[in-house]
Amino acid sequence: MGLFTTSPQRSFPPFWTQYLAAFAREKSQAGFLGSTLDGKKLDTTRFVVFDTETTGLHYKEDRILSIGAVTVINNEISIAQSLELYLKQDIYKPESAKIHGILRNGSYEQVNEQEAIEKCLEFIGTNILIGHHIGFDVAVINAALKRAQLGKLKNRVLDTETLYKRLVHPINRSLQEKRYTLDELAEALKIPLHDRHTSAGDALITAIAFIKIVKRLNSDGSLTVKQLFRKN
Amino acid sequence: MQNTIAQRIYDFLKQFPPFQFMAESDLLDICSQASVLYLDKDEVIFKRDQAYGDRFYIVQQGAIKLTRPSKDVIKVVDICDEGDLFGLKVTSTDTYRTTATANEETILYTLPMEEFSAFAKANKAISNYLIASFASNIKDPYTLQQSGSLLNTYEPERSAHLLGLEQARYSTAIITCSPKTSIQEAARLMQQHRIGCLVITTDSIPVGVLTNRELRNAIANNIISSDHVVHDAMITQVVCAVPKVTVAQAQLILLKNGISHLIITEDGTASTKVVGVLSKHDIVVAYGNSPAELVKEIKRAKKTKMLRFTWEKATLLLERYLDQNLPISHILNIFSELKDALMQRTMELSLSKMAHNPPVPFTWLALGSQGREEQLLYTDQDNALIYEDVSPENNEATKGYFLHLANRMNKRLHKIGYDYCPADMMGSNPLYCLSLSEWKAQFSTWIKDPSPESMLLSGIFFDYRMVYGTQELVGELTASIYDQLSTSSVFFRFMAKDALKNPPPVSFFRNFLVESDGAHKDEFDIKNRAMAPLISGARVLSLYHNLRNINHTSERFEKLAELEPQNKELFESCAYAFKALLKFRVKQGLRNDDSGRFIKLADLSKEERLKLKRCFKPLRDLQEVLRVRFQTQNLS
Repeated sequence: MGLFTTSPQRSFPPFWTQYLAAFAREKSQAGFLGSTLDGKKLDTTRFVVFDTETTGLHYKEDRILSIGAVTVINNEISIAQSLELYLKQDIYKPESAKIHGILRNGSYEQVNEQEAIEKCLEFIGTNILIGHHIGFDVAVINAALKRAQLGKLKNRVLDTETLYKRLVHPINRSLQEKRYTLDELAEALKIPLHDRHTSAGDALITAIAFIKIVKRLNSDGSLTVKQLFRKN
Repeated sequence: MQNTIAQRIYDFLKQFPPFQFMAESDLLDICSQASVLYLDKDEVIFKRDQAYGDRFYIVQQGAIKLTRPSKDVIKVVDICDEGDLFGLKVTSTDTYRTTATANEETILYTLPMEEFSAFAKANKAISNYLIASFASNIKDPYTLQQSGSLLNTYEPERSAHLLGLEQARYSTAIITCSPKTSIQEAARLMQQHRIGCLVITTDSIPVGVLTNRELRNAIANNIISSDHVVHDAMITQVVCAVPKVTVAQAQLILLKNGISHLIITEDGTASTKVVGVLSKHDIVVAYGNSPAELVKEIKRAKKTKMLRFTWEKATLLLERYLDQNLPISHILNIFSELKDALMQRTMELSLSKMAHNPPVPFTWLALGSQGREEQLLYTDQDNALIYEDVSPENNEATKGYFLHLANRMNKRLHKIGYDYCPADMMGSNPLYCLSLSEWKAQFSTWIKDPSPESMLLSGIFFDYRMVYGTQELVGELTASIYDQLSTSSVFFRFMAKDALKNPPPVSFFRNFLVESDGAHKDEFDIKNRAMAPLISGARVLSLYHNLRNINHTSERFEKLAELEPQNKELFESCAYAFKALLKFRVKQGLRNDDSGRFIKLADLSKEERLKLKRCFKPLRDLQEVLRVRFQTQNLS
């Protein structure tokens, strides 16, 4: 048995192989030394703004209640290209229902976790994921992928909180260290709040925030996608 | 699939025309194809002469400016506010007619043009709305008065009414007699039925007409003996019309032939049966209560109750005038005539009830909005009385007489429908029933020693107008006031400061400032917040320019525009805005049967809200002019 071979008896579901293949294709186009971000233009790149609602804040134990995502291309949010999934629940915490308004077996059409992941990966493809505190959302999806015995998400991610902080002058150090909730971010950017705590509504607010932030960062019109990933 | 965002867009769009005319499923369907667009200030959405895109836009938040070049300048065609739709291809042209720029930070919804057009074609309400709103391509911020009633102009009934195109009503209970009836018998018949016209028929076919005029001529020509018959006196040329004759047509026929009665026959000729008689009076009735008739009625009224009744009729007339969108200045002119007649008659009635004639000449003044001739509805009565100076020993008795008179007057006006003034600014208050020299002293105190408190009073008293009495007293008072004004600049500053006490009524976030407490919580006070700043601004500026005898706020602004060419545009838009606000208030008042002062914003349609907002635009600039000119910031 060779060192680098995986066990032959394990076969992956097609959506996962497709997901991986798309990344491999993109990488091969970029070349061995190149980055997939090279030459990506801001106004043609498809960004997926992403939000999940969960039963709690422990990404390992808690489960996904809903997934909402919208796409942003050239500052435009397309409703036709959006995703809104509600998941069937095994673990259910009544206290979180109050915040999220998603009742167990509510009147929504529901999918199981496996289907949700499949639809979600199909929707996001190799696009860059945007989210507010996206680390948590990615961890939650990764936990679900792990339960399905699959690997982790391979998409690049951008956090709107980190991006927003680039707008704050370094001299305001205290603000640099501040944590912003989505509500606070929306308030700072003067975005009207409605539909908080539905994943699709949060995704829409995050998308508008993302567009606003990028416009401010791009005041001279020369910003590239790659520069968005620059570390401060 | 559940789609929360589409649902939210649906919730937003369904508030506005033309989307409110769409079926729920259709609108939801189109919303799921929407997209959301965020724009920074000054970002361009599309340019004039650019080919149409496949989507059109609705403002969700913020504002979009539509411009197009006009000669050398870029002209703002429209400012699209929340809920406004733009960029929709309606005509056959292939390119945008205007350039669309974000006027501020804006969020737009975009919808697919083709899908929407399909709905629009299938739905008459939508296409009507679109045609109407795009046909009136003359929108500009200051001339948008009509936009709310765009659809109304497409209703035939309304315009028909204005032109008299409806079928005329006439009397079908015709009194006839044969040509062989004696003249005396015919006259007796007319007397019995109290009519002015007899139709002379043989077998129901009209052969002649006998009216009051023919009878008069008969007397003059001495053909009234008992053996004279109708045939000798009647006119044999019968002017006829078809039963479907319109009011305007009938009026023309009467005028052309110089007659007062028109005979309606089955086919409109004199050879068929008579079916009715149309008189001049019927035409007057068809055109509604004419102001001339009302004045006549007021002058003849013997009791206050009859005055009240007549005035209610006048309100109906007002409603109709507003419906027909007559210019408000025209309506105001008519109504100030009517109101003057009303006041004069009320005074005559009051005087007739007094024990003796007034000891000295006096003048009854209308104050405030009545003084400015801007009152169309019932409001509070503000009035005052001046009487000629008398010797000190007689003053008490004279004052007593006039207080008594004023008391009667106020009571009568109350009966007619004018509420007592809550601040008691009425002639029956001993403070405001003064001799000429007392009034001069009073105004002198206000001018020489102004205080913020006295400004409320002077604001009302400086807009006075004579309603009844001797012109000389008013003339003398006015001369004395202007004399004092020329020596006091501090008074202007106080007055200007007072005019600034109400800030423009739209908040930073483009919302209306509403009342925060009291009985009218969350309602918009159109009088204090929108009209009062214009009224007081016009007052101080016209006093400053020594403009006498112009009391009307919009006329004051028009005059000011002539006097100050550098502010011409501003003053003209102030005049326009004031007229529009006044019309608005009157309409609201008629709708709710009150003074129209407090407006529930929730009851307004989107068009009305926008119209109101546009009227506020010149306010800020006007207040800036006052602030700079009168240096108000240094006043405590």
